[in-house]
Amino acid sequence: MAMKGGFLDNLGKIYGIYTVGFIVFVILLGLGEAFFGMTPKSIGYVYMAVTIGLYAMIGILSRTAKVSEYYVAGRSVPAFFNGMATGSDWMSAASFIGMAGTIFTLGYDGLAYIMGWTGGYVLLAVFLGPYLRKFGQYTIPDFLGARYGGNAARSIGIIAAITASFTYLIAQVTGVGIIMSRFLNLDFSVGVFVGLGGILVCSMLGGMKAVTWTQVAQYIILIVAYLIPPTVMSFKTTGNPISEIAYGQALQKIDAREKAINADAKEIEVMGLWKQKAADLDADIKGLPGSLDAKKADLNAKIAAAATPADKEKLEKALKGLPADAEDAKTKWTAAKGAAAGKSKPMKPYLEPFARLDAKNMLALTFCLMVGTAGLPHILMRYYTVPSVKDARMSVGWSLFFIFLLYFTAPAVAAFGRSEVLSNIVGLPIAQLPAWMANWGKVGLVSFTDINADGILQWYELTIAPDAIVLAMPEIAGLPYVISGLVAAGGLAAALSTADGLLLTISNALSHDLYYKMIDQHASITKRLAISRTLLVVTALISAWVATYKITIIVELVAWAFSIAAASFFPALVMGIWDKRANKAGALAGMYVGFLSCVIYMVGSRFYGLDIWGIKTISSGLFGIPLGFIVNFAVSRMTAPPSQEMQDFVESVRIPKGASAGVQE
Amino acid sequence: MAKELAGLDKEKLKAYWSYNVRLTTIVMVIWFVVTYVAIFFAPQLDKIVIAGFPFGYYMGAQGSLIIFVILIFWYAIKMNAADKEYGVEEEEE
Repeated sequence: MAMKGGFLDNLGKIYGIYTVGFIVFVILLGLGEAFFGMTPKSIGYVYMAVTIGLYAMIGILSRTAKVSEYYVAGRSVPAFFNGMATGSDWMSAASFIGMAGTIFTLGYDGLAYIMGWTGGYVLLAVFLGPYLRKFGQYTIPDFLGARYGGNAARSIGIIAAITASFTYLIAQVTGVGIIMSRFLNLDFSVGVFVGLGGILVCSMLGGMKAVTWTQVAQYIILIVAYLIPPTVMSFKTTGNPISEIAYGQALQKIDAREKAINADAKEIEVMGLWKQKAADLDADIKGLPGSLDAKKADLNAKIAAAATPADKEKLEKALKGLPADAEDAKTKWTAAKGAAAGKSKPMKPYLEPFARLDAKNMLALTFCLMVGTAGLPHILMRYYTVPSVKDARMSVGWSLFFIFLLYFTAPAVAAFGRSEVLSNIVGLPIAQLPAWMANWGKVGLVSFTDINADGILQWYELTIAPDAIVLAMPEIAGLPYVISGLVAAGGLAAALSTADGLLLTISNALSHDLYYKMIDQHASITKRLAISRTLLVVTALISAWVATYKITIIVELVAWAFSIAAASFFPALVMGIWDKRANKAGALAGMYVGFLSCVIYMVGSRFYGLDIWGIKTISSGLFGIPLGFIVNFAVSRMTAPPSQEMQDFVESVRIPKGASAGVQE
Repeated sequence: MAKELAGLDKEKLKAYWSYNVRLTTIVMVIWFVVTYVAIFFAPQLDKIVIAGFPFGYYMGAQGSLIIFVILIFWYAIKMNAADKEYGVEEEEE
């Protein structure tokens, strides 16, 4: 294996050359666009073919038939590179595309996501990462099984790992489909399967080893893609290319513009019109089904009396646009009423804390996201892949550093985007709106209604979907299409890298924990790997099939996955290391109660009006997390202590000594 | 699995663990202050404005994150040194 040693010794050089090569490739494409008339469509295809081809190639080069390489990359990943791999494993399509938009919409309160999704790594660093590395097996259910003696704890671990990872996986696969269909004009389902093909070549042949080295490559692409647009935007508007420092100016501009807009006579007129509209809709909803019939009759009468064919056509279109029946009308009009009501009130200041979430909910959400981060199995298992406990500790630091680079830029992207829209877009005559608004309007991310018919765009006439901020930033900054394509390739890298990690977590839970550990402990290595690879393909196909249904509740499901991981995994893992007295009964009771109380509050608050202290559904873990700890503690104290052997085991997990000895094929 | 405990001084092990608990406590206190206390007092902190950034906003968007990164590296370096000091470091391969 001279090649492998050579590869690990030269990681810095190899990825250095790779980075330079990728930048040269982007520049060449840029020249192609500027001088040889490459169309956006062909640029999009070149990006997708080259990046997915790269990932597949790394996968083929990293193919392996060794169990330890397949499950934990041979525990040979240096702390720094494991940090990069964890970074792209962690940052999903939601982080890459959605995060800045969330802050754009929620202002200060959106920062709960920034703090929550980074602060969790502090918990991981001190409570879990180093100890899991010392334990040194293959999966998270492995630890639960070893510490809490047997298959009961392992089974709960398998169920929690699969539920949390699968919902998250669907969201990634959906993200892949959206990016592919938007940039390549492929059909959504075709996009899903093409993207998944890339993932499968990669993870099927080389397992964790291939996923690791692909994730490092994906991190480099996604971070370059994320940082370029705000840097240019910042330099253009403030003269300072470091957007993270310069956006203070943008924040002040936003604040001033918001005050001016809320005081503007035309904006106030628009708000009044929305208020009227909301009231009209309310009356219509109350008047159902009569109001719908009246509208139909009215249009039919007008069609009969129409003077020109053009008029008639227009009216017929309006008639077709009406809801089909009273039930349909109720849903549609209620949504429209909500949107109208939202635009009828002056916006609250972007910088004001707790304007959209109250303080209590902001604190609760931040807490749940943090604990959820530290409880997600696909992240935890990355710390099995480093050579030592020392490396595991440093690697958490590198992971957060690489995540930090994107997360501390996201609020800058949001601020520059908002400042641009408030100062340079609002107030423009509709005929002179920039091209990016039309481009993203076509896919429904940007829309406006000139409700006061003055031919000028008011803020309260404009609707911008959160996803549009990152996607449109290159065009807003006046960059060529080659950069827009790069951003799409970055978003794809973010979605694919997370999907890779999740797929592996699910197939490992099934092949290693369920099959090998619980069903057939004598299975040969060849058989184990064959089963794992087969399950990987099956899981990928199922997730693609589910994703093609485009379930609308997906974003909520992901938030739920976090709360479930936080309430079931985190307490059992932490207590397993930090409380020698914790035993099987305590852990099982704690996991059940944590999981159930979390699910009960989720479903109860979402569908049945359950409400404790006004805590929102998204923070359901707030009750399950402490309950998971308390029940584990109390039940353990009420039952017999763990055996001396088990207490020695806990003792041994707490010290690094012997970490490298614990690994065997 | 527990064979590495053989030959280790019980008292030393205890001292190592309590040192770890102490470090962990410090990390958790700082972690708590820079996020939860900073969120709670954001309206008051926002009265201080530096380079356009209201301080409460800055803490949420950057300040707390920078401190998280430093905290994790600080803890790692301290613990890696403590491993040697208390004789529980892993053997070099």
